[in-house]
Amino acid sequence: MSYKKCKCSVKIEDLHVKNILDDINLVANHGETLALIGKNGAGKTTLLKSILHSIDFTGNINFFNSYGQKISKPKIGYVPQRLSFDKNTPITVLDMFCANLSRFPIWVNYSKKSKEKAIFMLEKVGAEELIHARIGQLSGGELQRVLLAFALDPIPNILLLDEPVSAVDRKGISKFYSIINSLREDYHMPVILVSHDLGHVVKYANSYALINHTIIETGCAQDLLKSHRVRETFGIEPDERDETWI
Amino acid sequence: MDLIYLLLEKIFPFSWVEFNFMKNAFVAILLITPLFGLIGTMIVNNKMSFFSDALGHCALTGIALGVILNITNYSVSMILFSVLFALGISGIMQSEVSSSDTIISVFSSTGIALGIFLLSFSGNFAKYSAYLVGDILSINKNEIFILLLILILVIITWILLFNKLLLSGLNSDMAHSKRINVKFYKNLFSVLIAIIVTVCLKWVGILMINSLLILPAASSRNIAKNMRSYHVLSVIFSVFSGIFGLILSYYIGASAGSTIVLVSSVIFFVTFFVNKIK
Repeated sequence: MSYKKCKCSVKIEDLHVKNILDDINLVANHGETLALIGKNGAGKTTLLKSILHSIDFTGNINFFNSYGQKISKPKIGYVPQRLSFDKNTPITVLDMFCANLSRFPIWVNYSKKSKEKAIFMLEKVGAEELIHARIGQLSGGELQRVLLAFALDPIPNILLLDEPVSAVDRKGISKFYSIINSLREDYHMPVILVSHDLGHVVKYANSYALINHTIIETGCAQDLLKSHRVRETFGIEPDERDETWI
Repeated sequence: MDLIYLLLEKIFPFSWVEFNFMKNAFVAILLITPLFGLIGTMIVNNKMSFFSDALGHCALTGIALGVILNITNYSVSMILFSVLFALGISGIMQSEVSSSDTIISVFSSTGIALGIFLLSFSGNFAKYSAYLVGDILSINKNEIFILLLILILVIITWILLFNKLLLSGLNSDMAHSKRINVKFYKNLFSVLIAIIVTVCLKWVGILMINSLLILPAASSRNIAKNMRSYHVLSVIFSVFSGIFGLILSYYIGASAGSTIVLVSSVIFFVTFFVNKIK
């Protein structure tokens, strides 16, 4: 297939964000998960925000489709770490989806079309039974799956995940990543994942980039724990790595 | 207006309808309360109750500036000042400084102190103290017309922009990924609150206005299941406490504003316990 020839999906060149990121050059490929790792405050989330264009930066960020053509207005799916809403707010999953799907004000009513679409989206992540649940009452894993479904409409050119499983239990984590993997295969979707858990990175990502205000090192996720610099950054002794991180 | 007077006299065969000021107040409350009920939901959602309170306080500086600059209609200087202030605070809130509540509080204190300082300079602050407590019974026909315009403006905004505003409040980066201009919507909402708070200040009072904005939405939040019931209940609570409070205040002989707020508070505690029992 022709799309396999040009795998490049996002190309970041000479990215600078004042006081946080410096001289970032990075490429994310179609059908692959790129993990951004690094200590707290290293600029991982800032890099995601730059890709979203929600903060000011200098440099170039270009997006390409699977045929290698440049996309001027990319659709970006973003799964945040958490929502800034108060937990007691009476907003249901359906409310959130319909607010995005149509301009028709959700405090008046939902259009039937939007409701059907919301169910369709939720089915993709196995969360259709949560449609009338209040967002504040979802468990960590349920919320992440709902937010993932939310990020998938319209089908994005790239999916950004910011510490998606930090509040999710073990069972929820494997469920979440298996959905991500099938999306990656089905849509050949590029995924950029911010994670502090090296075990997850080895298990679920294809490549990694170690960040500390600039790119320290990039490599294949399988070899992550062999890297001297990664071990140094996270303070892992060579002999304890197997038990601690995998 | 005469038609409305006549209608009110037919509907309510009680002694309070004999007075025109009561009828004016009644109509004004029918306009103000749904407005507060609607907009209060989003203020509570976005944790902006402190912000709207600060706006009321700063309006006093707006009045003072109006007096100093010799503007005959204080509303103009008040609205201009509040809108500027709202945009300033909104900018600070969006910069995600963790202690934005402290900063708002600093602005709020400065606003009210500066207002009192400037107004008391000439030695007749008593003339302006009406703004602190407000008086719904003083409203006249022209002012009711202004309220009607604002209600229409808010309803139109709420129909056209509500969904985007809601998503912007959920998570601004996520809203950004859906191509929503978060900054624009947040600023617009701040300006809208600034206008409403400032215009209504004269009749509701600086001390009371925030209670009327927050309490109906907060009560509704206790028992609502989704966004629709949240809005419906908030408006119902708001209108009910407004009307009931006004009529009650007439028979008791207390100030209308405070009676309305007390009725709202009772509703809040009832819904709070209803929610606990469930």
